[in-house]
Amino acid sequence: MNFAVLQFPGSNCDQDCVHVLRNVFGHSARAVWHKDASLGEADAVLIPGGFSYGDYLRTGAIARFSPVMQAVQQFAENGGLVLGVCNGFQILCEAGLLPGALIRNRSLQFRCEHVFLKTVTTDSPFTNRIPQDKLLCVPIAHGEGCYFADEATLAKLKANNQILWRYVNAQGEPTESANPNGSLENIAGICNERRNVAGLMPHPERASEAILGCADGKLIFESLIHALQNKSAAKAA
Amino acid sequence: MKAKIIVTPKKAVLDPQGKTVQTALEHMGYSGIGAVHVGKYMEIELTGTDKEAARKIIDEACHKLLSNPVIEDYRFEIE
Repeated sequence: MNFAVLQFPGSNCDQDCVHVLRNVFGHSARAVWHKDASLGEADAVLIPGGFSYGDYLRTGAIARFSPVMQAVQQFAENGGLVLGVCNGFQILCEAGLLPGALIRNRSLQFRCEHVFLKTVTTDSPFTNRIPQDKLLCVPIAHGEGCYFADEATLAKLKANNQILWRYVNAQGEPTESANPNGSLENIAGICNERRNVAGLMPHPERASEAILGCADGKLIFESLIHALQNKSAAKAA
Repeated sequence: MKAKIIVTPKKAVLDPQGKTVQTALEHMGYSGIGAVHVGKYMEIELTGTDKEAARKIIDEACHKLLSNPVIEDYRFEIE
């Protein structure tokens, strides 16, 4: 599979994503500069974490107007799979490819720690390989990860089963103290209605090798790769 | 001409900065302090002279880039 990993000025998880896709999974992954108007040959797009454009104005606000984001809009409209991690999630919300917004953590503090995630639904290209009852231990590192959406949007997210992950405690309960940033209903990640675009604040690429202490993040990439393989098999048939 | 733009968090949106400032003001002993909302103030210098045209442009820019309508409200004046 070919992965396009976007690179904005200020991205800092791009190489981690490329490394995991290439060296852990053995797929082809390329960094695509934000000024490129084309994604080249890509089966899926990854928008990595970081601080694109120094988080000026709002996180992700400037990045969404980069030439490459026009290509991502088109790619997503054509049904292509797009995953945004951390700043990538913020960019996707700013671009309107995902509903809602990410605002300053309730604590006003930058939170950098491992959290537990509960996968709400395995019915998505980003969660299909995650065992239903498995809690994922994945790190977060953000100052603006508090997910917000108005009531109507939240109701729609629930009705369409678009909430993919919630922050939970070690027992799998979405408690107040397990919520690291004040996100509505402990939401850690969502997908769009069509289920081909997803974003999450935690960093699966930082938890995809046992040597890093935790490899649960691999399940998210495995899901994505599985979905792409199914897609290409369906195309070939 | 100059556009003066104020962007504030929407009422329904959590505003931890505003809450923290409010608490600090109360701790300082100021009485009668209600809710505090922390927003942004921007000035944009404009080269044209047509106020109506500028208003249209700034309104569009506020909607597209300078604010995020999901979480923020904006108002501005041209002078």
